[in-house]
Amino acid sequence: MVENRPFVTILAHLVLIFGVALVALPVWITFVGASHDGARMLQAPIPMWPGDQFFVNLRQTFLGNGLDGTRTAPVWMMMFNSLVMAMMIAVGKIAISLLSAYAIVYFKFPFRMGVFWMIFITLMLPVEVRILPTFEVIADLGMLNSYWGLTVPLIASATATFMFRQVFLTIPDEMLESARIDGAGPMRFFWDILLPLSRTNIAALFVILFIYGWNQYLWPLLITTDANMMTIVVSIKQMLEASEQTPQWNIIMMTALLAMVPPIIVVIAMQRLFVKGLTETDK
Amino acid sequence: MAEIKLDSLTKTYGPTQVLYHVHADIEDGEFVVIVGPSGCGKSTLLRMIAGLESITTGEVSIGDKVVNGLEPADRDIAMVFQNYALYPHMSVRQNMAYGLKIRKQPKAEIERRVQEAADILEIGQYLDRKPRQLSGGQRQRVAMGRAIVRDPQVFLFDEPLSNLDAKLRVQMRLEIRKLQKRLGVTSIFVTHDQVEAMTLGDRLMVLNAGYVEQFGTPIELYDRPATIFVAGFIGSPAMNFLPATAANGTVTLGNGVSLPGADGVSGPVTFGIRPEHLVPDDTGPIRVCVQLFEALGANTLLHGVLEGTETAVVVSLPGHVTLEPGETRSFSAPPAAQHLFDSDSGARIEP
Repeated sequence: MVENRPFVTILAHLVLIFGVALVALPVWITFVGASHDGARMLQAPIPMWPGDQFFVNLRQTFLGNGLDGTRTAPVWMMMFNSLVMAMMIAVGKIAISLLSAYAIVYFKFPFRMGVFWMIFITLMLPVEVRILPTFEVIADLGMLNSYWGLTVPLIASATATFMFRQVFLTIPDEMLESARIDGAGPMRFFWDILLPLSRTNIAALFVILFIYGWNQYLWPLLITTDANMMTIVVSIKQMLEASEQTPQWNIIMMTALLAMVPPIIVVIAMQRLFVKGLTETDK
Repeated sequence: MAEIKLDSLTKTYGPTQVLYHVHADIEDGEFVVIVGPSGCGKSTLLRMIAGLESITTGEVSIGDKVVNGLEPADRDIAMVFQNYALYPHMSVRQNMAYGLKIRKQPKAEIERRVQEAADILEIGQYLDRKPRQLSGGQRQRVAMGRAIVRDPQVFLFDEPLSNLDAKLRVQMRLEIRKLQKRLGVTSIFVTHDQVEAMTLGDRLMVLNAGYVEQFGTPIELYDRPATIFVAGFIGSPAMNFLPATAANGTVTLGNGVSLPGADGVSGPVTFGIRPEHLVPDDTGPIRVCVQLFEALGANTLLHGVLEGTETAVVVSLPGHVTLEPGETRSFSAPPAAQHLFDSDSGARIEP
């Protein structure tokens, strides 16, 4: 705004502060909850200020054995499972989408557009819609309770294929011709020219897909029955449903807090590339 | 080094034919410019020689070897593109070295050739920059450097100067010419700019709508254009065309004025004379009504119509001349500067 009216400025700030508070409050409560002991969390009213048990809870939750000898499921293992799943989904989706977009844009083969539209139509078939047949297939392949079972059905991605197709279409044809005259074969061109040119787009997509993979709930819930293969997002729900005992809110909150950490790290680490991917146009 | 032979090349895209039986023998070390208006097929022809477009019929040979079936990389050519097509993520050095790297040349050899090309083009201090950090002229040099390091048999240029500003274009034109003479590599250069074509080429191929109108030296094209199209395309301002009738060794213009003309020609013809060849002459037969004039300093352009007709005539007068709109000036046309063309086919009628 070019106008300089104090009232408008104050109003704008109030609205923004309200918005931030709305988003931050649950995170704050989670943090506070993770810093009290289990007994305090069962008393009303729930505390609004942090307690002194944060590192005790962290140790107990992360490793699964507290200072006082109580045992809970170690969250580091679930985080590891989630990490493997999210990485496999993100990397797998990017690799397959890059290759399929490359085929669609740069190669002439019969029914090229038909293939493209077939890929595109799968946008209408997310896991939730095809859950029964997919489960059947994965079960028959013996991939229940494995990383492959967790990730393979989620890897094919029409969105990413479409995005890379658009990226490749913006790369001038002369780039390909120039590479052909330089003697670069199809794989060489892909590796030396296309990949570096879509670097920022890959980074942006990686952030989105990593979080998508990390937050998967329904599919891991179905496919994993073994506690060793459980992901962190599923485990939060399991902890709440431990019906024979009162929920350990401090542990649950700490788990939730830990579940937030890797996506935040990925976003912060990829931030610069991410923004560049959205703004850079020099092709 | 190699001669290039184009034998009856044609190109069709589905039902549309864009090139018709192009023949050319290009000598070793020659600089040939393909010139024509947009859409005449000149870039397509170049890309067929490069191997980027398939050849519908006919043969392309480079140095006695038919290259129809060869990949661009195996034809031993280098190409400079209109938008340079530099790889944006590689430094200038990597851009220039890329083709050699793929050919698995030893590292020291690559380094030596890149350095040599950089010295020739005076881009040594930019070797570690990315293309986006360079100006248009510098990118142009890098694109040429990428062609030079390959040490190819043929250079192909696809309108490489059209993205530069006017001053830089003139400068780069001279440099390309010098470079080509120095390296002695057979070159084909595509442009739509006839001045560029005239100054660069040893020989010019004028293309129009897929047909070769004429293939010859710049002076041949200027002095003896084979068709009306070539006559109008080469030279600036363009040649004046006056409808006329030929009979008994004279040519009669639209306003009834007769000039001595060619023997043995009769019927409707087009009389052509270049603006710079009309000589002021108070008793001259060609009388022009002045409409306006442009003073360009070195010469003055008179725009008017042939007296008694609506046919536009442009005259280029040396030096400063002051003219009054509405006045009539007389000019004579030296016989050697007159051109006659068949009105139907547009072909030149030799006197």
